[in-house]
Amino acid sequence: MEKKELNPIPVYQYLDAEGEVIERLPGWTRNKDILLNYYCNMVLGRQADAKAIALQRTGKLGTYPSCLGQEAISTVFCSLMEKDDVLIPYYRDHPGLLARGIPLSDILLYWGGDERGSASEHWGKDFPNCVPIATQAGHAAGVAAALKIRHEPNIAVCALGDGATSKGDFSEALNLAGAWQLPVVFVINNNQWAISVPRTIQSGAPTLAQKGISAGLPSYQVDGNDVIALHEVLSEAMDRARQGKGATVIEAISYRLGDHTTADDASRYRSGDELQQAWNKEPIKRLRTFLHHRGYWDEQQEQALIKDVGQQIEQNVQTYLNTPLPPVKDLFDYHYANMPSTLKQQKQEAELRATGGKHHE
Amino acid sequence: MSKITMVEAVNLALDHAMENNPDVVMLGEDIGVNGGVFRATQGLRDKYGLKRVMDTPLAETLIAGISIGMAAQGLKPVAEIQFMGFIFPTMEQLICHAARMRNRTRGRLSCPMVLRAPFGGGIHAPEHHSESTEALLAHIPGLRVVIPSSPVRAYGLLRSAINEPDPVIFLEPKRIYRASKQEVDQNTPLLPLDKCFTLKQGQDVTLVSWGASVKETMEAARTMEQHGVSAEVIDVATIKPLDMETILTSVRKTGRCVIVHEACKSFGAGAEIAANLAEQALSVLKAPVERVTGFDTIMPYYRMEDHYLPKPDDIMKAALKTLSFH
Repeated sequence: MEKKELNPIPVYQYLDAEGEVIERLPGWTRNKDILLNYYCNMVLGRQADAKAIALQRTGKLGTYPSCLGQEAISTVFCSLMEKDDVLIPYYRDHPGLLARGIPLSDILLYWGGDERGSASEHWGKDFPNCVPIATQAGHAAGVAAALKIRHEPNIAVCALGDGATSKGDFSEALNLAGAWQLPVVFVINNNQWAISVPRTIQSGAPTLAQKGISAGLPSYQVDGNDVIALHEVLSEAMDRARQGKGATVIEAISYRLGDHTTADDASRYRSGDELQQAWNKEPIKRLRTFLHHRGYWDEQQEQALIKDVGQQIEQNVQTYLNTPLPPVKDLFDYHYANMPSTLKQQKQEAELRATGGKHHE
Repeated sequence: MSKITMVEAVNLALDHAMENNPDVVMLGEDIGVNGGVFRATQGLRDKYGLKRVMDTPLAETLIAGISIGMAAQGLKPVAEIQFMGFIFPTMEQLICHAARMRNRTRGRLSCPMVLRAPFGGGIHAPEHHSESTEALLAHIPGLRVVIPSSPVRAYGLLRSAINEPDPVIFLEPKRIYRASKQEVDQNTPLLPLDKCFTLKQGQDVTLVSWGASVKETMEAARTMEQHGVSAEVIDVATIKPLDMETILTSVRKTGRCVIVHEACKSFGAGAEIAANLAEQALSVLKAPVERVTGFDTIMPYYRMEDHYLPKPDDIMKAALKTLSFH
């Protein structure tokens, strides 16, 4: 019997690495505002990322995971979400959070070690960053189930890294999403590296998206550095979910141009050549070139954007740096709605400890 | 009012909670048509439909994960894990997410879920079906761990657990699921969480227990009474957070304490109670605190489980040891 190559996954790409059009463009691309919004948010995301790393290097931020190189993915899915949709992010979706209207000061506050970074009203019902890998996939399925049970018209969007697809949580959530026809879109940010473990040894599957096939879900690959392709595949998946047609799995292929976090040194495990090749495919330059070619963007607008983004970032950094420490009681006040008496005693002890025993003087 | 068993009381509590609150949903393995392996959810799918009584795929991590997702969006999931031995896959979700959701968002999101599981030994179940690992869960900030010891307690505590705005682990001692009957109906009062219950007044020694072990503890207390020893019996009921005030009040009266539980001896809830007594009641203790517990071994298969579970005789011997201490 002749062996056939198994490649069941459609791949979407409209712009090549040089920003040249390689597929007939969808009609919405004539609306330059959509593309410019994506571009501006990606630039904001990249500049904010650089600032966050600088803050960490100068001791003003905790360990921070860079989103360098994968700004397009979360920018697009968050821009396509409606206000009452629910985002279940992973920890490298900062540009998406910005697109979702979450202030940079909140993002900095979170990575600066302050729980209030996930607390502001801007987050709505979105989930905070998820650090344990893939555990958020179950939450997304639960959110989607809740939306379906209540006949609410909204959807859940869950982001994960490539490493997350190796975990049981991921498979279990996809399995349920298929069995229960849940309104959720799973977006795999395949940035090729799970800390030092490359995609090639993460899984023997030729694509990560095909893991959705076993759950009965439509599953696609998309160039994660191409906003037009991302917009096409994501908006279609989100429409499917909204129309009650169930979940979709999307593998967005990108590259983590930075270290895993500021505590990591990627030069220990990957080559400079590979990194350089990845830089040639990065999403911001690609979109800028396309916008220039279309006459949607020029150098003057670029300079104005850089200036505006710089001011936004500076204001948010100041807001973050000027945020006073929370009071000691905050350690205790949010564990339970009804605080147990033992915890009340420990709260008093902590306040006494913090004031050097002067609490009752 | 009719007399019903503990598992029937669980069923009644779930029924009344679903009737009174449309946000209450149930999920788990085999809980629908089958009504759960112990029939705790029997009849509820017929009454409330597929969207409120959900059979899940065979995936415990997922059951906890989707419960968190549902709870954070304002539903009140009551999830069943078939046996406590299968609760371990849920631990990452419970520890990393359910217990922390309120704190990590400063109250913007919370996790008002209940996770139920039958637990403990004594019913000749297979391997991994008989452990009492409540201390693992009780260690986690943000969780409540509640264990009923009778039909009345099961009804009142489960209704309160479902009303609680934070996650509650509700562990049902399956050895006494059908061991006794009490009068329970929808007018049976809800019982407070975070409170111990004094089941019997006494002067000479305080016996502290929870779950199925309360049965043997009460038997021991009654036998001791016949021999002129007056034991006070406390059902802890909520393991975390622990109501030490009720225990301390009793021990200040009796001066002696025996702690009885099925779980392993070391690092357990009994050790926590003993440490609290040492910290807060050393001056009133007339004898060292005794613990009558399972051993620090793997819970044996059923042929040997009787050697593992504490007996009324063991409890009496420990009580007499505290009474004869000089």
